[in-house]
Amino acid sequence: MTTILETRSLNKEFGAVIAAKDLNVKVAKGEVVGVIGSNGAGKTTFINMVTGYLKPTRGEILFNGKSILGHSPRAITRAGMARSFQVAQLFPDMSVIDNLIVALAAAESPRPSFLSPLRSDARIARAEEILAEFGIENYQNSKVTAVPQGARKLVDIAMALIGNPQMLLLDEPTSGVSMDEKTGLMDTVMNAVRQHGVTVLFVEHDMDVVERYVSRVLAFYSGEIIADGKPAAVLADNRVRDLVTGHRPTHKKGNGAS
Amino acid sequence: MRFDKTEISLALVAIACVLFGFVSPGWLIFLLTIALAKALVVQGVVMQMRSGLVSFGQGLFYCIGGYTVGMGGQFFGIHDAIAALALGMAVAIVVAMILGLLLTRYRDIFFAMLSLAFSMILFGILVKSQGLGSTDGFNVHNWTVFGWAPDTGADSQQTVFTMTVLAGLLIAVLIHRYTKAGIGVICEAVRENEVRVEYLGLSPRWLLYGNYVAAASVSALGGGLTALATGHVDPEMAYWTTSGEFIFIALLGGLGHVAAPFIAAIVFSVVRTYSIEFVPNTWQMILGFTLLGVIVFLPKGLWSLVSREKSGERT
Repeated sequence: MTTILETRSLNKEFGAVIAAKDLNVKVAKGEVVGVIGSNGAGKTTFINMVTGYLKPTRGEILFNGKSILGHSPRAITRAGMARSFQVAQLFPDMSVIDNLIVALAAAESPRPSFLSPLRSDARIARAEEILAEFGIENYQNSKVTAVPQGARKLVDIAMALIGNPQMLLLDEPTSGVSMDEKTGLMDTVMNAVRQHGVTVLFVEHDMDVVERYVSRVLAFYSGEIIADGKPAAVLADNRVRDLVTGHRPTHKKGNGAS
Repeated sequence: MRFDKTEISLALVAIACVLFGFVSPGWLIFLLTIALAKALVVQGVVMQMRSGLVSFGQGLFYCIGGYTVGMGGQFFGIHDAIAALALGMAVAIVVAMILGLLLTRYRDIFFAMLSLAFSMILFGILVKSQGLGSTDGFNVHNWTVFGWAPDTGADSQQTVFTMTVLAGLLIAVLIHRYTKAGIGVICEAVRENEVRVEYLGLSPRWLLYGNYVAAASVSALGGGLTALATGHVDPEMAYWTTSGEFIFIALLGGLGHVAAPFIAAIVFSVVRTYSIEFVPNTWQMILGFTLLGVIVFLPKGLWSLVSREKSGERT
């Protein structure tokens, strides 16, 4: 399969702290990769480096075979790699639909118009379709600060998907979401992602979510990748059990797996 | 081209203002002209405030607009008022395009102080320029409009007032559209969450840059009209207290509507004029209390009185 994302010997040091050490990752087009690891293992640092938020100390990042090292987040987004955030990054004073309309306008052109109205009929109709696709149409006119955490996460992910990215990086998509909402949220996200044919890499702490939705797992510990492979194999790995997941009972893989 | 309710209301108010100008005493016409011209400068301040930046140096463009009109007539034979105003805006755009490259790298207090620094640099240059009258400034040459020269001082005052009202209307309609257009809304989005804007594939810096340049041109127009109205320009136009006055008016009006700076500028003018008239030694204190009252009781400015009324809210 064609590689969409590759990192070569990626390192990040914050003074004496090594947040990422020789990260060599290849993600194939169409894969759904889960990233697990305890707090401070380097998962978010990895995503931040790949999406241009942090500059690696050393190493190389290739997206579709081309180096994106040192590129700005917007250039990387325009190249086709979008992301969502651990804490949903939205425009709090705007309504849910206006958040999506801004994202639609941004996806259409990097140079917004000086005089044509942002809220055009076409954009409103498209935003309504997206809200329906994500099951959050009831919150259409609510301010984002007034909607539940799960819906906010969905708005964040919907905004990332609006630009039709080839790859989507999700940083803890279910964090802060109640246990009951997690499966519904992930089902919605994974359905949307499959419809758009997007490669996904997501950081997750909930191993049930990981087992259910990913085709491959990367286990991080102390800035290094200590295991990489099929979920069952990685989660059964003794080092992963000792250092990341703890000794937990194994669950059967659910029907949401890709 | 279709006009919405706000634009039609603005046009009606503008027509009423022009007609009012024909029956009003000269002193009132002058006071309104200066207030409306300053409101244009404040529109530039408000445009930046909507994107999360507070310019403490908008006097820079006010002064550029004024001095370009003055110098155009005195030194370059540009006596047509419209041409001189357009030239002032063009010069402000060029200056803003250069300064904006540096300024839009900064946010918060750093942007505010840096904008103030540039304004004070211009003040310093003008104070040291003997050819431009140093601290006294110089008078603006008699001007014409499309070849027509006002016969008397009253004619001239009436003409500048009409031009100011019409310029105010044009700018208000453009800014009203701008705030609803892509760049206007996304500039507000930059204020709310710059990181998200960046991850939507847009450059917050270039958005702010476009906004800064647009705001500069509007403010220069206000400066040019003030120069035509007063017939005089001096370095005080770039002084920090002048920029402070624009922020004062912006806070007084609020960011809620394009009409707010106009209302606030008129209220400011009235309060200041009457304070100086009745309590000449403590008029600054009256202004201070006015601002204090607005911030405490109307944190979203005078316009919030109108928006509350519209939404049926009562205090």
